[in-house]
Amino acid sequence: MLSLERRRRFSDRLYIVLSSACFLIALGPLISILYQTIVSGYAALSLSFFSEVTPPIGGAGGGILNALEGSFVMIGIASLFGVPLGLLGGAYLAEYPGKLTYYVRLLAEVLTGVPSIVTGIFVYELLVATMHRFSALAGGLALGFMMMPIVAISTNESLKLVSSSIREGALALGISRSKTLLYILLSTARGGVVTGVALSIARVMGETAPLLFTALGSQFLMTSINDPAASLTVLIYEFGTSPYLNAHVFAWGAALILLLIVLGLNIVVRTTSRFKVTGTE
Amino acid sequence: MQSARRTARRPDFFQSALTAAAVAIPIITILMLYAIGNGSIDSVNTFGLRFIFGTEWVPYPADGGTPILGALPAIYGSLVTTLLALGMAVPVSLGVALFQSELSPNLLRTPSIFLVEILAAVPSVVYGLWGLFTLVPFMREYVNPTLSASLGFLPLFQGPNTGLGMLTAGVILAIMIIPYASSVMREVITAVPRSQREASLALGATNWETIRTSVIPFARTGIVAAIVLAMGRAIGETMAVTMVIGNVARISPSLFLPAYTIPSVIANEFAEVAGNATYLSALFELGLILFAIALIMNLLGRLLIARLSFKVRGELRA
Repeated sequence: MLSLERRRRFSDRLYIVLSSACFLIALGPLISILYQTIVSGYAALSLSFFSEVTPPIGGAGGGILNALEGSFVMIGIASLFGVPLGLLGGAYLAEYPGKLTYYVRLLAEVLTGVPSIVTGIFVYELLVATMHRFSALAGGLALGFMMMPIVAISTNESLKLVSSSIREGALALGISRSKTLLYILLSTARGGVVTGVALSIARVMGETAPLLFTALGSQFLMTSINDPAASLTVLIYEFGTSPYLNAHVFAWGAALILLLIVLGLNIVVRTTSRFKVTGTE
Repeated sequence: MQSARRTARRPDFFQSALTAAAVAIPIITILMLYAIGNGSIDSVNTFGLRFIFGTEWVPYPADGGTPILGALPAIYGSLVTTLLALGMAVPVSLGVALFQSELSPNLLRTPSIFLVEILAAVPSVVYGLWGLFTLVPFMREYVNPTLSASLGFLPLFQGPNTGLGMLTAGVILAIMIIPYASSVMREVITAVPRSQREASLALGATNWETIRTSVIPFARTGIVAAIVLAMGRAIGETMAVTMVIGNVARISPSLFLPAYTIPSVIANEFAEVAGNATYLSALFELGLILFAIALIMNLLGRLLIARLSFKVRGELRA
């Protein structure tokens, strides 16, 4: 029987050991994923991997040029409407507090938690079913719907951090609310806003489920945004789950490139930004 | 006077633009509910409540008649994998959150938070690929044989061991929600006022006793919120689960057998619909169920967090 004193000390030690162990357990998969992706993905890399379009699943040779093109074009479409809408919405939340603001902010947070596959079937019904075609436009729209609440929340948080003396000073000088926001507040909060936008891009770059029924996938380069489009993520899914060994190698190569882009963007943004980022996870 | 009033009443274009952008968020939500609800009408009319309680999933019956589609296997699979994931992820997440907020020396704190953020940033499909080629063989060779050797008398750990199945899906879900759950928990634990800890330490409590008697009870609402939010994430997680669960509509107590979850049915079968209107509509109804669950979970989690921050403010004022 341990004395009370020893039991108390023991439970304190146990807590320290267990809690540190939990941290190591959580990191284990990260190390394994990075190791596996780098080792298996490196085998797929060659110059033609970046300059040719994808082969039929299981076929030899080829590259990921069309998937890179599709991913970047769809991110562009998504940013084109997700970023401005998110910025303006976030500015509203920060500048006009009230009942509506409270509920819109709550709803934006709820929307970031909606499964991305639900966004996918929504855009299918909205655009693909009505236009009778899968397209890069539909894929970009689905990604944009996901970006918008993320950008709105991070913009709201960055603007909230701007000292109210700056806002009041500008208004006291007779500068209109619109100019105060555009030229003074947003420029003061610039770091946080850019961080939020960059992280939202990294987040949707890795999305697969919303693209399955919108952009579909394609073996070719696209001629217009009304064409079905390939993407890195759908390519990894299709090649990874196929029964062919050389398709697996191909999927690992694409996964390595995707991880380099997504984690690279995260690492650069998070290490250079002095701002606390919320709402982007 | 006249002109001043006119200025005050002039519609402010700037404010209207901002309001429109903010109102877009509720409008998109309603539009989503409407569009997905609209897509499900056919299925609701055809199957009614049998859709939720039906155990058979036969999109193309042999006699060529109307599909027989019951979502219970998918709902069951979603529930089991989510509970498995929470069972594994909640204790670990709490440990990570305590490590980061209470234990780790200042020098380690920022890097440790950074690493967990990086884990959260790994795309779902990469988790799936890793799951398929690293986790599935690992489960098949080591974990599942150990479980059936030691606990094989339970129906949970019987049946053919392929490595694909609900247990593997639960493990990968746990790995994926730990970064999210632990970051919410870390934030609510950090929000516990210093005075709570100092009062306990001043009475001679050890660090662990302080955590157990002062910090965790105070943050309890927030920890519950983190669990609810993580559950919402786990239920909606699609790609990684689809790649490791085996995709078979079946209700079985065995955690080793291939199964289905709500999102994995949608992801796996949407491409096979091809003109079968009832089948397509049934997938929409699955999406509607998923959407409703996710909305409720996220709303509940956010409201709990709002309640906690209200309590923290009250405590600081007092």
